Parts: sequence; structure tokens; C-alpha cells
Amino acid sequence: METKVYKVSEVNKYIKMVFDKDTFLNDIRIRGEITNFKAHYTGHFYFTLKDETSTIKCVMFKGFASTVKFRPADGMKVVIDGQVSVFERDGAYQIYCKSMSPEGLGELYLAYEQLKQKLSKEGLFDTNLKKKIPFLPKRVGVITSKTGAVVRDIINVTTRRYPNVDLLIYPAAVQGVNVSSTVIAGLDTFNKLNNVDVIIIARGGGSFEDLFGFNDEALARKIFASQIPVISAVGHETDFTICDFVADLRAPTPSAAAELVYPQYSDIVKRIMMDKNRIIVATNNYFERKKEYVKRLKAAKLEKVPLDMINRYRLTIDSLMRQSHNVINLQLEKYKSKSMQAIAKIDTLSPLKTLTRGYSVTETMDGKVVKSVNDINQSDKLNVILTDGKIKVVVE
Amino acid sequence: MSENNEKTFEESLNELEKVAQNLERGELSLEDAITEFEKGIKLSKECSEKLENAEKRINILVKNENGELEETNFEQE
Repeated sequence: METKVYKVSEVNKYIKMVFDKDTFLNDIRIRGEITNFKAHYTGHFYFTLKDETSTIKCVMFKGFASTVKFRPADGMKVVIDGQVSVFERDGAYQIYCKSMSPEGLGELYLAYEQLKQKLSKEGLFDTNLKKKIPFLPKRVGVITSKTGAVVRDIINVTTRRYPNVDLLIYPAAVQGVNVSSTVIAGLDTFNKLNNVDVIIIARGGGSFEDLFGFNDEALARKIFASQIPVISAVGHETDFTICDFVADLRAPTPSAAAELVYPQYSDIVKRIMMDKNRIIVATNNYFERKKEYVKRLKAAKLEKVPLDMINRYRLTIDSLMRQSHNVINLQLEKYKSKSMQAIAKIDTLSPLKTLTRGYSVTETMDGKVVKSVNDINQSDKLNVILTDGKIKVVVE
Repeated sequence: MSENNEKTFEESLNELEKVAQNLERGELSLEDAITEFEKGIKLSKECSEKLENAEKRINILVKNENGELEETNFEQE
């Protein structure tokens, strides 16, 4: 019996047929770690799944790949759904993936975390870039569903606090695939019309999945770029969306957002009245003080002070001047006569006066008056002073 | 809204507060005190008027038959 010889392609075709008939391989869920991940420019994903001992090739075509919310990467542990089949040309079997989800964390959660990290790194959440929310805005833009409790809550809370509210509502989808596009349209509209001072994006509480439309990159960038300050009031206290991080202010609930934009009317009225009162009281006090000052001046009859004082001072100065003149003159006279007396006395005591009567003074050569014979020795040279000259003499 | 240079309510309110502080310090000359007082009274009046003259308005933007956005009164159901 002769054995039939098959062509390679026939064998591969047969194997593929066997694989494709197998219900187990047709719809299979596999857990593994991604390696050699490639996102092809055509939109297909090519990668390998591995565990501790084994690997298997995987392909995910564009149609399925585009539904994956997060970005797969090497080392990521995932669970995939798909079909194991044969690529006839290479005689290789591989998994044709239909869906992929991260193991452990939910897919949406991973996408959320990745987007949060990316935008945070880019600085979209920086607190110093956040715009100030105006106190008592003239007009408030509200982007929310026109039906439901949220818009009612906002209207109720704002009007309760402040009767003359001015709200402009932009109806938007707050659930489903249109969230991002309709909220973006609202932001664009308000920025173009530039007719509100602050924008509230509001949505009631819900599951993470319900709120997921607000974890959108394009929406986040639009909020960041808005010229008008944006308050995010999406979900309840514990729910955080990307919108909350990028907005200029996050309100824990839509009602809280309403309270943040509109102060209590009575508080403002009170504040204006108080300031007005302060001004009146302060001004009254000021004038009272001035009046009191003037009154004191009058009481002291000091309104005539200037002329009076000048006159009085002038008199004092005049008399002082006179007095001082007298004193000085008197002193001068006194000194004059005193000095005359002194001069006369000096005159009579002067030895020169005695010399005129024939006396003489004998001095040594260094000017010492010789008063005794003991003061001199033989051959000392002496000066003898007479009234009209000196005689040099030598002692014998 | 940036289309006009009118003082915002917040600015007027802050200015009013400052005038009160200036007067309370009591260090102004007689002329300045009178000017400040007049300014304060005017500001408080402005603020009150801004509060009173605001009218309640709750509108919604809807597309008209030409596809243009139009403001209409928001009717609560």
C-alpha cells in the first residue's frame, strides 16, 4: 500500500481545520504576561503571552484593539479572550484576541490610572495653574443633563442662598459614550460666547463605570484650556474623576458646587451694611475729634494767640536787649577803671622807675639779679643796668 | 466677564472694606477724610444696587431650527 504524499499547505490547512473545529480552542480565556508588545501602525497589536515555562503568540486586529481602553505594555499581566488558530503560511498557531483586560485591576480603572499619571506629569493638575473662582459671579454656566435631580438641586440650592441667580444651562450627556463630546461642546460654547464668569460641570453620583465618561483625555485638556474657571462636581464625595483633578475647583457634590459659587445673600447684605456703618462711625468719630480740638482751642481763648504772643515776645526781647546792653556797658566800665588802677600800680612798682632816681640793677650774664656779694666770684662778668643803658663790668 | 472694564462686585466690596479701614485708622487729613467718606458711601450704594438690580434668570441653551444655539427660559418639569 502506497502512502500518500501531501503538500505542506495541505497539511497546514488540515491542521487549521482541526483547530477551528475544536470548541475548546474556539473560545478560550487565557491569563499571562505580555512580552514583545507591538502596536502596529495599522492598528493591530502583536505580542506574546507567557507564563513561567511557556509562551504563545498573539495577535489582536484593529477592530478589537481599538476597544482596549488602556495601553498594554510589556510586563503587564492580562487576561485575554480569543480563539487559538493556525496561520497557514507559517504553520504557526497563535491566539486571535477579541478582548483584553488587566488582571487584578479593572480595565477602566487601569485606563483611569494611566491617564491620571500622564496628565499629572504634564502639569494639568498643578495647583498654581488653577484659576480663581470669582466671588459672586454675574452669571454661572452649568453643563449637565437638563433632566434629573442634579439640575434641580443646583437651581434649588443657588436660589435658596441667593434669590437673584443668573444661571445658563448647557444640556449635556452625563452617561454613555457622548459625555466627552457634549461636555466639550458646552465648554467651547461658553468660552466662545464668553457670557459666564464660571462654569460648573455637574453629574450625580454613580458607579465608577457610570462616571467613566468624565475620565476622558480630550475633555481634560479642554477643561485645562478653558479661559473661564471650571468647577467639577461629578459624582459624590468619594468619586474622583479626571475632570475633578484638572478643574480649577472640585466640589464634592453638585449642591456643594452651587454653594461654592453663590454666597448667602444675607451675608453679603450684612457685609455691605457693616462696612457702611464702619465708615459712618469712623467719619463721625473723626469729626468729633476735630470738633473737640477746635473747642479746646476756643476755651483756651487761644484763637488770638499769634498776634498776642508776638507782641508779648517783642516786648520781652526789647527789654532783654536793653537790659543786656546796660549790663555789658556796666561791666565794661567796671573793667576799664579796674585796669586803669592796675596799670597805675604796676607803674609805681616797676624797677625802671627806681632807676630814674640813680639806682642801678646788677645782673649776672644769664640775667640773675645779684642781691648779695656771695652771689658772685672774682672775674665774673656782670651787667650793670642803668636807666639809659647797660655797663659790662668784671669783678676784681 | 472680560468684555467690559466695569469693576466686579468683588472688587467693589473689597474697596469698600478698605475705605472703612482707612477711616478707622483716623490718620487722614480733613480733606482726605471727606473724600474717603464720600467714596465709601458711594461704594456701599453701588454694591447694594448691584445686589438689588440683579434679576433672577435661569436659561438654557437650545438649538433652534437653523441649528444655532439660542437662550430660552428653562422650564423645570
